[in-house]
Amino acid sequence: MVGILEDKDRIFTNLYGLHDFGLEGAKRRGAWNGVREILSQTPEWICDQVKNSGLRGRGGAGFGTGLKWTFMPKQESERPHFLVVNADESEPGTCKDREILRNDPHLLIEGCLIASYAIRAHACYIYIRGEYVFERERLEAAIKQAYEARLIGKDNVHGWDFELYVTHGGGAYICGDETALMESLEGKKGQPRLKPPFPAGAGIYGCPTTINNVETIATVGSILRRGAEWFAGFGRPNNTGTKLMAISGHVNRPCVVEETMSIPLRQLLEEHCGGIRGGWGNLKAIIPGGSSVPMITAEMAETALMDFDSLREMRSGLGTAAVIVMDKDADIVKSIARLSYFYKHESCGQCTPCREGTGWMWRVMERMVTGEADMAEIDMLLDVASQVEGHTICGLGDAAAWPIQGLFRHFRHEVEDRITQYRAGRPHVQGATLVAAE
Amino acid sequence: MSVRRLSPNQPASFAFQPETLEKAKWWIAKFPQGRQQSAVIPILWLIQKQDGWVSEPAIRLVAEMLGMARIRVLEVATFYTMFMLEPVGSVALVQVCGTTPCQLRGSESLMAVCKRKIGAKDHLSADGKFTWQEVECLGACANAPMAAINDYYYEDLTPESFEALLDDFAAGKAPAPGSAVKRQGSAPEGGALTLSDPALYDGSAAKPLKKIPNAAPKATAKAEPTA
Repeated sequence: MVGILEDKDRIFTNLYGLHDFGLEGAKRRGAWNGVREILSQTPEWICDQVKNSGLRGRGGAGFGTGLKWTFMPKQESERPHFLVVNADESEPGTCKDREILRNDPHLLIEGCLIASYAIRAHACYIYIRGEYVFERERLEAAIKQAYEARLIGKDNVHGWDFELYVTHGGGAYICGDETALMESLEGKKGQPRLKPPFPAGAGIYGCPTTINNVETIATVGSILRRGAEWFAGFGRPNNTGTKLMAISGHVNRPCVVEETMSIPLRQLLEEHCGGIRGGWGNLKAIIPGGSSVPMITAEMAETALMDFDSLREMRSGLGTAAVIVMDKDADIVKSIARLSYFYKHESCGQCTPCREGTGWMWRVMERMVTGEADMAEIDMLLDVASQVEGHTICGLGDAAAWPIQGLFRHFRHEVEDRITQYRAGRPHVQGATLVAAE
Repeated sequence: MSVRRLSPNQPASFAFQPETLEKAKWWIAKFPQGRQQSAVIPILWLIQKQDGWVSEPAIRLVAEMLGMARIRVLEVATFYTMFMLEPVGSVALVQVCGTTPCQLRGSESLMAVCKRKIGAKDHLSADGKFTWQEVECLGACANAPMAAINDYYYEDLTPESFEALLDDFAAGKAPAPGSAVKRQGSAPEGGALTLSDPALYDGSAAKPLKKIPNAAPKATAKAEPTA
């Protein structure tokens, strides 16, 4: 068998789009089964079950989903409640929600209904990234089917009035941040809001709002159908469940696959992806959770488990479980410099440390690639990175700093070699090679 | 941040085509009363679908339509990088993903093809048929390297297959989106290693559940009546 998870325990049974994405096919695979019985329980019961399952948000931060839902007001006031699904998947390396949106949209729609009931919302918006045009068409088609079958909508068969709308973004990574997403949904620039107030108090249109990732919501129906214990039976305590993992970069066969949490990283790569290009010995570094988390070395990858705690102990993170593999042919400094460019491009420009810092860090990183730098600049760069980190409204500043910090934590000697190499044979004139960091 | 400005050459006016207008109204209806501003991104996108780009007169019209200050629409149009602020190629807008996962698998060689066949980045080609851009992660990393051409994703490209693809577009054909090496979605090349159990698809999962696990012995009444 490949990997740990057995087929019978997979939630996303149409991950590769081999079967019908529509209502009929989805029902045959078990979607919408038992939803009426689930909704005959109380919202508190649903929150408790989700809590017991140990489901943690799949969008990167890993916050307890059941707990998040209980933050919503217990009684609906004159301000209606909203559920917002974050389908703005833009973290480099991450391509898991896309598979749900285009191949298993009914699991998501079913989850939206259940989650909305649990937080006492009658309306839900799915905010999908603008570039996912095909995925949006698929999702709209599936929602239309659900309306026609009266599974959702006013006076639906489940007895909980529920409207589901799809809206989309315009290609801004920052709108994956929940407060920026709300701004964008309201038709403004996607600049994150200060918290508090938290979305559960004042979210979109000033109303109580819960924001969850696509994968989180799409998992809920299956958890309630099969029982919290079933879901909690996978992975290590505090890191339970199954998870979609996306593997890209220098493996023989990149793919997206559903696996149990806490699967050893090496097993994941060897069994599902046919191993590292050129064998395990050719591995150089791995970014295990999407571009925002620091990289780990080949030695660490040997023992790493794909869960929140194991990777945090290695000073990295699970993030979205988007594994980016770099073998020894990769120019690792250039790869990180490209990520720095990404963050420079995607900074929303609201907070000064990030707006100025991301551009500055990128320019210095570009010189580190060729070695056209001064040794002292390495520490200067790390100093600036630490000043951007934690000094911004949202997490983009941190996300821009961490890959650079990860690079120098493990591969500082390589950059130093490049600087030495560049200097070799050149007369050292003070400032001659130092292009002022603008 | 990316600095983006409106094109210096603007048309005199903009008008909605009837179907675009209808679609725009459909978008506005999705949002609560008085919150029509929420539809600004989808409507600008519709305009781009109609004209190929977003012009200044169009921005003015959208502001009027949604009751927004003109500057707010201008902000949105310049903030979101999917909006083209200049006319683009009549045949294809080619967006090559250049972020690290694609870079590791050779997106630079795709961009070299673009440079050779189309010309400089972000500019209309000499014949006016193509525009190409390097864009940030498009979220298809397991199928890298990839490019979005006229909104649809072309994946698992090589310089050769990409060049053939561009030739097809230039010849007026409409190549089917998807993997150039015929992969099934994001399954590993050569076929999926999982999801082979026929019991998943024989309908047994659709059998009505007798009981929801852990259900409260006597389901209490709902928290509140449905409105």
